[in-house]
Amino acid sequence: MIDLYVLLIFMIIGAIIAIEVKDLLSSVVAVGAVGLGLVVALLILKAPDVAITQLVVEILCLIILIRATLKKDLPFSTSGRWVLNSVITIGFIAVFLLAAWKCLRELPEFGYPTMKVASTYLKEGFSETGATNLVGSVILDYRAYDTLGEATILFAAVIGVLAIVRRIGRIKRGEIVEEDDE
Amino acid sequence: MIVYLLCLVLFCLGLYCILRKRNIIKIIVGVMIAEYAVNLFFILTGYRMRGRSPIFSPDVDITNMVDPLPQALVLTAIVIGLATTALLVAIAMRIYEKYGTFDITKIRELRG
Repeated sequence: MIDLYVLLIFMIIGAIIAIEVKDLLSSVVAVGAVGLGLVVALLILKAPDVAITQLVVEILCLIILIRATLKKDLPFSTSGRWVLNSVITIGFIAVFLLAAWKCLRELPEFGYPTMKVASTYLKEGFSETGATNLVGSVILDYRAYDTLGEATILFAAVIGVLAIVRRIGRIKRGEIVEEDDE
Repeated sequence: MIVYLLCLVLFCLGLYCILRKRNIIKIIVGVMIAEYAVNLFFILTGYRMRGRSPIFSPDVDITNMVDPLPQALVLTAIVIGLATTALLVAIAMRIYEKYGTFDITKIRELRG
């Protein structure tokens, strides 16, 4: 399990760099490194389907974020409302840690899950659905409504992005039209 | 248990970035880091010591499989995360076009 610890520490260091670096493009690249570390961690944790999905999603996210930050290297401001912001941040993290501490004591030990629901899937999954990959049988057969809801959310988000990004139909009367296609 | 604590540290870094930073792109980066931490936590709860991937093979009898249920749920959550990130970036780019800045305190109409 030592490789998992090394990967998690690598991810934490990458996250610290992504948060604290001044340059926006460097920050986006650092968060990409965190995501690729997560891909390797998922492979170690025996979740190959999730690792493949995470790899594709990570690369798409990087492309979108680099497109947004390209040529927009802005000065970073930290002045004003310093004390209030810090107090609110520390308060939120303290409340979260308190809740997390209560929950972590209730969890079963790492490596020994209870698997109440999953034992049924493991026993009867192959004979009921005929899928050799149990993750596929769960998302496409036992919990197909989840996947339907996921597709609905994806579709709604795509419509939202198109409505925000498009230029036709946003021009009001009396406004000077300036087209700048990038 | 130490693995859970490291995962918690990663989530706290994301939370700190969301609450403390004032650049919109930095806030999106914080949301992404928190999302990674939550996905990793779900996979960690389903891991079994010396387990195998939840994939059957025709001739080998595999008994010690990891929990497939959190993996299926996280698969859904990752795709939804991509959709929300794309929506956030689209809104951030529109804000940049309108106000010429990513700093949330310099946007006039957000001021209370």
